[in-house]
Amino acid sequence: MTSGIDLQNSFLQSLQGFGLPPGLAKLFWIPLPSILMIIGATVGVLVVVWLERKISAAAQQRIGPEYAGPLGVLQPVADGIKLVFKEDVVPAKADPWLFTLGPVLVVLPVFLSYLIVPFGQNLVITDINVGIFLWIALSSIAPIGLLMSGYASNNKYSLLGGLRAAAQSISYEIPLSLAVLAIVMMSNSLSTIDIVDQQSGYGILGWNIWRQPVGFLIFWIAALAECERLPFDLPEAEEELVAGYQTEYAGMKFALFYLGSYVNLVLSALVFSVLYLGGWDFPIPLENVANWLGVAPTTSWLQVLMAALGITMTVLKSYFLIFIAILLRWTVPRVRIDQLLNLGWKFLLPVALANLLITAALKLTFPMAFGG
Amino acid sequence: MNLAEGVQYISFLILAFLVIGAALGVVLLSNIVYSAFLLGGVFLSISGIYILLNADFVAAAQVLVYVGAVSVLILFAIMLVNKREDFSKIPGRWLRNVSTALVCTGIFALLSTMVLITPWQINETGPFVENTLVTIGKHFFSDYLLPFELASVLLLMAMVGAIILARRDLIPELSEENKTATALTLPERPRELTSASK
Repeated sequence: MTSGIDLQNSFLQSLQGFGLPPGLAKLFWIPLPSILMIIGATVGVLVVVWLERKISAAAQQRIGPEYAGPLGVLQPVADGIKLVFKEDVVPAKADPWLFTLGPVLVVLPVFLSYLIVPFGQNLVITDINVGIFLWIALSSIAPIGLLMSGYASNNKYSLLGGLRAAAQSISYEIPLSLAVLAIVMMSNSLSTIDIVDQQSGYGILGWNIWRQPVGFLIFWIAALAECERLPFDLPEAEEELVAGYQTEYAGMKFALFYLGSYVNLVLSALVFSVLYLGGWDFPIPLENVANWLGVAPTTSWLQVLMAALGITMTVLKSYFLIFIAILLRWTVPRVRIDQLLNLGWKFLLPVALANLLITAALKLTFPMAFGG
Repeated sequence: MNLAEGVQYISFLILAFLVIGAALGVVLLSNIVYSAFLLGGVFLSISGIYILLNADFVAAAQVLVYVGAVSVLILFAIMLVNKREDFSKIPGRWLRNVSTALVCTGIFALLSTMVLITPWQINETGPFVENTLVTIGKHFFSDYLLPFELASVLLLMAMVGAIILARRDLIPELSEENKTATALTLPERPRELTSASK
């Protein structure tokens, strides 16, 4: 494993060059990656909102936003500013504490999950042993926030929406975890870095999508359901529930829900690309190409190029997935609640279990191809 | 005390305060919904303490199982029942409160003596655990195999029981004479499901 670029060490050394003690330099370093990731996630959301508006317009043969900035790219910013300046309304009979805490509980775990998303060999905030399991665990906190906001709104539509959202995310968490478990079994580790490393070396042919064709479909369906994207957006089905648990929310609290749902979409796409599409890998194994050309892997310009390519590839793959999600939203009708639960419990769960067993059998039979 | 130790100490104080405060809230608040939410807070803070102890997998499992499943289940039960009832004034309520306080103090005293007399010396020269997950797995399939398998049997029993309770058509028809005794029976009778999916 090559060490690659070590941003942390060079940052610390340059600060110590100014005469700072090492402890203080470390203190300056600690918040930097997290702040960078929060900014990155927020900018990612702005891009997704713009894409959603433009692609939905194209699907319906409209033009979409076009006055705010070139091609309307500033429209999400305008939306955000509008939401910031709106009045913060708390309904009269609502429970003010839970009403405020609900959106926060929905948004925080999603942002925390960005800890484990890798953009390169060393471009990750923490490479912890439990990696992908942390994402699953954190995503299970969100239903509590949804229940809380649904209950605190003192509105029957909100309560029903909150209950539906919690039921939905609990039911789809199980096939999601089983699909992830099959991947984890193949890569012998929960760490996201190891999962990508196990797929690298053969370019596009080594990606998990070829070894887990069923698993990736299950994962995508379950991830869409976890994000409450349209084929599964029952918690906020307009015709039935006004807007579900968001009905009573306005201003910044509504913006938190909005932000949370889009950050969750981006996060799911990023995790999908890490698990199934080889993360930061280029479709052609670039290390081998560099070897043939006679460039040493420790050359500095090559490392910078690889890091830049890695970030670009991760972002490109996830935006491709987001594009598919948006297209699905504007072309597929909504399912009913009984169909949703039937699909989750009676179809996806058995198929995911069978997929897990077959993966285990294949791993024992062909340890070469399935990461023995 | 260097930076890392200081951060650890302060985090422990904050987490301990959160656990105790939230647990007191669970017991003392009269609104059951608040108690349920605070129970989730207790579980979350405990998982923070696990993280301080370097038990990363246990912490994540704690969040997944206790916060994501147990708390949500309790909340579901409360919200689906959805019957707000204030405590009615019972004569002699203070007697119950006093007896509860006595029992709780007794348990607290027992646990405190247990904490005080147990030697908490940890062998710090033991090998540094690189991957807690692998270590836990090895223990599960060697010296803790029996408890591990028994736990799965217990879960299976709970699952079968839940399915039996949910499927009312498996309950045999009641005979005519004890149909009036509804104290221990479930209030609903089996009914034809309106199958909307046809």
